Amino acid sequence: MSSTTVIVGSSIGGVRTAQSLRLEGYQGDIVLVGAESELPYDKPPLSKSVLAGTAQASSICLLTQEEADEARIQLVLGHTATGVDINNGLLELEGHEPIHFDNLVIATGAAARPSPWGERAGIHVLRSLDDAHRLRASLLGGGDLVVIGAGFIGAEAAATARSLGLTVTVIDPQTIPMSRIFNPEIGHWFGALHRDNGVTTIFGTGVDAIDGDQGAFSVHLTDGRVLSAATVLVGIGAVPNDAWLSSSGLLVDNGVVLDKYCRAVHAPSIYAVGDVARWHHPRHGEDIRIEHWTNAVEQAICVAYNITHPAEPREYSPVEYVWSDQYNWKIQIVGRVGNNAKHIVIGHPETHGRFAALYTKDGINLHGAATVNWPKALIACRRGMGTGITVAELRDALETQLTSQAMPVP
Amino acid sequence: MPVVTADLKACQGYANCVMAAPDYFDLDDDGNVVMIKREFPESERSRVTEAARSCPVSALTVSE
Repeated sequence: MSSTTVIVGSSIGGVRTAQSLRLEGYQGDIVLVGAESELPYDKPPLSKSVLAGTAQASSICLLTQEEADEARIQLVLGHTATGVDINNGLLELEGHEPIHFDNLVIATGAAARPSPWGERAGIHVLRSLDDAHRLRASLLGGGDLVVIGAGFIGAEAAATARSLGLTVTVIDPQTIPMSRIFNPEIGHWFGALHRDNGVTTIFGTGVDAIDGDQGAFSVHLTDGRVLSAATVLVGIGAVPNDAWLSSSGLLVDNGVVLDKYCRAVHAPSIYAVGDVARWHHPRHGEDIRIEHWTNAVEQAICVAYNITHPAEPREYSPVEYVWSDQYNWKIQIVGRVGNNAKHIVIGHPETHGRFAALYTKDGINLHGAATVNWPKALIACRRGMGTGITVAELRDALETQLTSQAMPVP
Repeated sequence: MPVVTADLKACQGYANCVMAAPDYFDLDDDGNVVMIKREFPESERSRVTEAARSCPVSALTVSE
């Protein structure tokens, strides 16, 4: 029996689903559809090595044509998906005839939330390779950069722009940066990290309007100040690419709504992975959507398994993990942090050059952790999340590590 | 027997491999990958390959 799995979306979630299907012994046809005409590429380097100009095309490629041929993955690139006909098993595309599927995997990701202050040359977002190339060209043109949004993308791009020698200002409406993710104490350390690296920070102030044109923008702040900028980067989050499914009959609500096996509600031959997938997380007992690289990889493995083992599907119940590299800080976050959970901090950025923050809701069990420049602690935390370690046990172990390992301040 | 090898210069200490296959990979105190074993039997191919592919900087390679 020959069947066809069509995967729509050619970024990390889609590519890994295709590769994992073959690893699981899937014998049918695999068609990988992408809206962009480039071969599949990896996104984390966009704000770092691609923006800095140090990445080679080969170093960010996720799947070469040869690898696709060898794994019998048919690539259909440069065609945007426009709809799904569930009853007839057809994926509809722009500029291409509909493609029949027995199983469909939706991996269309998320798009940068567009600038609410106008979209024109010199006002950038950063989500795709084209975005990164355009932003780099603007940065190489010189002049000041204003970054709106002190989240991961904004902070990483600010760090890269500093390494290129630009004058950079980071603006965020939150008084304390990263405070959606961390508690205030750690958020303040992130603010200091920017300033220590020569970035001007303006926190607790929003943007009213952006006047002018590329090379000579005026950024009007809510407190009346006006900043001049040659280039503006807007890093204010992302929205799932699910609008194309609005008339499909699939349940879409801030992402494609899935069961705990990552199957679309009421359409069990359709799955979703990555940033566009809102699945029922069995351990958390709620529908969640996660925009992290590791989640896309792990969810792809689970979906490939469930397509090849439909009679005995696996629940998808990951421990969340995300990293960010900003200046000389390697930030790694596991589980759920912040949200006013109680926390314990071990180490200090100035004294030890590294630290870990352990988060707990009940004062006993570990619910999440954030580490900076301390991968060994990160492993202890990720393992501890799986084995149910207590915060006290973990604190003792990490304090021993902190004092037994000399590590120079980077 | 197939083998998995690590590029120590590429490794950044993300630790996804350690979580996926702790019997093959660990990290040292500086956050660099340490190979516990390199050769793996055919029956382990799926798990070891997925662990290698979980590396965000492609520091791990499976070869025959």
